[in-house]
Amino acid sequence: MEKFTKLTGIAAPMNMINIDTDQIIPKLHLRTIKRTGLGKVLFEELRFHLHGGEKADFILNQKPYRDAKIIVAGDNFGCGSSREHAPWALLDFGIRCVISTSFADIFYNNCFKNGILPVTVSKEDLDALMADASDKEHPELTVDLETQEITRPNGPKVKFKIDEFRRECLLKGLDDIGLTMQKAEKIDKFEERQRESQPWLYAQG
Amino acid sequence: MAKPQTLYDKIWESHVVDELNDGVYLLYIDRQLLHEVLSPQAFEGLRMERRTVRRTSATLAVADHNVPTSDRHLGIEDPESRLQVETLSKNCEDFGVPIFDMHDPRQGIVHVIGPEQGFTLPGVTLVCCDSHTATHGAFGALAFGIGTSESEHVMATQTLRSHRAKNMRVLADAPLPFGCTGKDLVLAIIGQIGTAGGTGHVIEYCGQAFRDLSMEGRMTVSNMTIEGGARAGIIAPDEKTFAFLKGRTMAPKGEMWDKAVAYWKTLKSDEGAVYDKEVVIDVPKIAPQVTWGTSPEDVVAITDTVPDPKDAPSDAKRSSMKRALDYMGLTPGTRMQDIEVDNVFIGSCTNSRMEDLRNAAAVIKGRKVADGVRAMVSPGSTLIKQEAEREGLDKVFMEAGFEWRESGCSMCLGMNPDRVPAGKRCASTSNRNFEGRQGRDARTHLVSPAMAAAAAVTGKLTDVRDLMK
Repeated sequence: MEKFTKLTGIAAPMNMINIDTDQIIPKLHLRTIKRTGLGKVLFEELRFHLHGGEKADFILNQKPYRDAKIIVAGDNFGCGSSREHAPWALLDFGIRCVISTSFADIFYNNCFKNGILPVTVSKEDLDALMADASDKEHPELTVDLETQEITRPNGPKVKFKIDEFRRECLLKGLDDIGLTMQKAEKIDKFEERQRESQPWLYAQG
Repeated sequence: MAKPQTLYDKIWESHVVDELNDGVYLLYIDRQLLHEVLSPQAFEGLRMERRTVRRTSATLAVADHNVPTSDRHLGIEDPESRLQVETLSKNCEDFGVPIFDMHDPRQGIVHVIGPEQGFTLPGVTLVCCDSHTATHGAFGALAFGIGTSESEHVMATQTLRSHRAKNMRVLADAPLPFGCTGKDLVLAIIGQIGTAGGTGHVIEYCGQAFRDLSMEGRMTVSNMTIEGGARAGIIAPDEKTFAFLKGRTMAPKGEMWDKAVAYWKTLKSDEGAVYDKEVVIDVPKIAPQVTWGTSPEDVVAITDTVPDPKDAPSDAKRSSMKRALDYMGLTPGTRMQDIEVDNVFIGSCTNSRMEDLRNAAAVIKGRKVADGVRAMVSPGSTLIKQEAEREGLDKVFMEAGFEWRESGCSMCLGMNPDRVPAGKRCASTSNRNFEGRQGRDARTHLVSPAMAAAAAVTGKLTDVRDLMK
């Protein structure tokens, strides 16, 4: 997984609530057995007409937002299906950070597994960042995970908070399966105890 | 005396392997279900690191999302879907994971076959790369959807890194009114709490309305928990739970069964347990529910009208309502019962079990599907399909003009060829009315199986109570 330390990039404003993972990546693209190449169909139904061709009014089809690295979005981003294809598609398009007032739990977890930083801010801060991103002349934000703050083109910095463990993993780009495997002894012990107390869970081995 | 605990607290604490860091725990996972869509990249990850599946016997795979629901013997036409289903079989063979492939008589929707086989048990932690894993909470299991990377983590280590959730209690302590089902109850709950109402929480459903439900009805409620933002929705196990599981292939037997039941009977919240959030549902006020918009929280009683964005509580909600009405092709003030439908779908992990099929069949018996309506049923599993056929339900459906299909996720999300055409309107027993969910530009109205049946025979959204008199 790629580390996330500090990111400066164009922020695209998506002023909608409840952007669900079906919108982020429609189901027909879940038929892949790979993680890569999904950027071209990110937000497909919002981005392209039914029979092809870009929808001019969609934000990521406009300059300078075609090169966005950050999305600023309304409440409850990433709700719905657990598909990890949503963060894979965002990443493949070049998005490394999503800022919102709240995220759906499964999507939030999936981001951290893929080097994407989901940042939760207050309603007031979101309104300010949405306004920043909407300024086509200066839509750049800097998101610093070390210091946990967002630097805006104008106006005061916005503070945010990521729990320590997730922050650490993202800053270092750690493979968490490897880390957990170091706990094998504890897992073995747990299974021994459980096999004793709830043997029916081990009836087939 | 020890601090009173919720059912969630008890299951959580009995599965903590280690505390890793402030608020982050290594949680033991007793059961993992897999399907073909969200698992290939997890197996690929294992392969790249030369890792194995730690407990193959605690893992079960099934092909459900991509499988055709007609002419299955001809195989899968779409090459990508076919490759995905074949990849699941190959992965399961390579890693030694038990699998029900497309032609297995035990095949079905992943959240239907888990309970059907007795793979799902009270008190276990159960995960699957699928947000509707919440379904299994109906058995008093802590069951929740995870991502593909997390699934790989569970396969390799039988654990998951997890943050403890908050406790939320939804209390519905009165009998459900006439004509209402578990589906109407859960839609009413989502309408009340909103799609983010349960975010960060595990819901426990308490009270008579849930106790009165059959296991099928409880599964419908737990299934849609994720539509209210909570990853898991638990119902304490009781005699109905035990009766449902007894004798199932993978459920404990003999002495082991007695021992298990003795433990399962302890699985309930303590008197005086504290919840971080409590919601009370006014059960007697519930009427059959139907969604009007593109989020499951966009729900009204069938006797209501399409709401007006003018009355929205916030600007954000107002613009989302306008967008939804535009997508759905609806005008505020229209009576829900005046909305005509083109399609009817009875199926999905929400509503495809025997009780659902019986409820729908009771409404359509002796009636015909309205002109211009295409109606289909996809039973939740191949075993349910057979049981329904033994009862003659297939004939009731087919004589009315329904298509009687094989089992799979089907038109709930249309990964296989079962889709609602662009601009067409579908009364559906599934769980999501998102834009494009049942097909690009398709318009979905979520309803119970009986309400779907009523819409099929009248050609418009209908108050099923009028047909039950």
